[in-house]
Amino acid sequence: MPTFVLTTIAALLTLCAYSFLYKDNPFYKFAEHLVVGVSAGYYLVIYYYNYIDPNVASPIFFLRRGGEAIALGGAEWWLALIPGVLGLLLYTRFFPKWGWIGRWPLAIYIGGYAGLGISPVMQSRVLEQLRANAIPLTSVTNVLLVVGLIGTLTYFFFSMKHKGILGGLARIGIVFLMVGFGASFGYTVMSRVSLLIGRVEFLLADWLHLIE
Amino acid sequence: MRWFDRLLGIDRRWIFLAIGVAVVIPFFAPMGFPVVVTEPVRRLYDAIEELPSDSKPIFLSMDYAPATTPELDPMSLAIMRHAFRRGLPVVVMTLHPAGYGLAQRAIATAAEEFDVEYGVDYAFLGFHPGIAAVMLGMGIDIQNVYAEDAYGTPVADLPIMEGVRNYDDVPLLVSIAGSAYPDSWISFAYQPYGQRVAAGVTAVMATDYYPYLDSGQMVGLLGGMRGAAEYEVLIERHDKGVRGMDSQSVIHVFIIVLVVLGNIAYFAQRKGKRPAPQEA
Repeated sequence: MPTFVLTTIAALLTLCAYSFLYKDNPFYKFAEHLVVGVSAGYYLVIYYYNYIDPNVASPIFFLRRGGEAIALGGAEWWLALIPGVLGLLLYTRFFPKWGWIGRWPLAIYIGGYAGLGISPVMQSRVLEQLRANAIPLTSVTNVLLVVGLIGTLTYFFFSMKHKGILGGLARIGIVFLMVGFGASFGYTVMSRVSLLIGRVEFLLADWLHLIE
Repeated sequence: MRWFDRLLGIDRRWIFLAIGVAVVIPFFAPMGFPVVVTEPVRRLYDAIEELPSDSKPIFLSMDYAPATTPELDPMSLAIMRHAFRRGLPVVVMTLHPAGYGLAQRAIATAAEEFDVEYGVDYAFLGFHPGIAAVMLGMGIDIQNVYAEDAYGTPVADLPIMEGVRNYDDVPLLVSIAGSAYPDSWISFAYQPYGQRVAAGVTAVMATDYYPYLDSGQMVGLLGGMRGAAEYEVLIERHDKGVRGMDSQSVIHVFIIVLVVLGNIAYFAQRKGKRPAPQEA
């Protein structure tokens, strides 16, 4: 199909999606449903050819992995078969009589990921951040950082009433939180506007050829 | 009807139309607002610039969907152009299923501008689900995770992957992501294996990653289309990032004006509702 036809289809679907800004209408609903269906189909194909085929189907049924032959009953064959079977057992959840079987692979999945994740995530998101905030109060930015950190953490300490010194620290924390939310909102506006700019550029340059 | 009631009662569709017009005008009448490079972007640029010309490949993980391409595609292109200009090999991968097609398109665009050869100067390993499992597996042996590239060629047969076994052989990994993939790269690649990680994220996520930058867990950070524009300025190759900045600036001024007007009208309305003080 010629490129300009595909571009026109994409442009018309973009306009269908943006028609929602006027009011909800069948064109918008059509575009919305189309993107859901196409995405599901695309993801299915990508998952199969990039993951299921090279890591499950090929080793188990064709005895090949990474371009090399593997032995039937060998270690690599079992390493493909066992996870493959466990993955299939997850679908027993759809059958009420056999749904209990699906709890086993789910337990392995959750337990495995929890075990893999607890230590590195704790390290990266808590301990390293604590280390980075143990800084000398020798500059204005360092003082602001430490005061903001303590104030914000104090605000989320609900085991005591926010009175006196605790209340004062909590109020400081609120100020820092509001500044943070403002910055976050500003970035959010920038992000959404960028998406609009991208679509407008596509319509003007790639579809209508009004700009280079 | 009083002026503030009229102002607060404007149909939002007029505002949408005004924003649409404000986005379009700078494309036909560029204003050339300057793009000032910030430190997080410069740090990533310097990290790539300082790599020796015979360096092992940079890994570029393009983990995003079409919805975020206006912000993230310019970043991916800018980083690839920078690497190719310096003669640095690039291995592209993706942990997001929708990133597969986007990565292929970006690679094709960047590669045709330079004299580079697939398998030698760049490679595409394709998509692999699992996120944490992939990241941890790559720390032991990349070929255990990616046995073949996206086109079925065994990774062991790619010249670019010669001598590249795990993170010890990867000088820099850049994650361009529209969701929390950089968090995972830091947790599962930087923390246990010491892999140098940088990130390019959408603007809405950028504030979440400044703590990682300040703590040294991340080498550099590109935030949104602005970050892409700054990188394009550094590599002296202006593209969609820089071109979008004029519209970005006009819209931001417009929104600031609307916020100020809205607040003035709101407080005027509140004052207008208060009963007049009784005379003695």
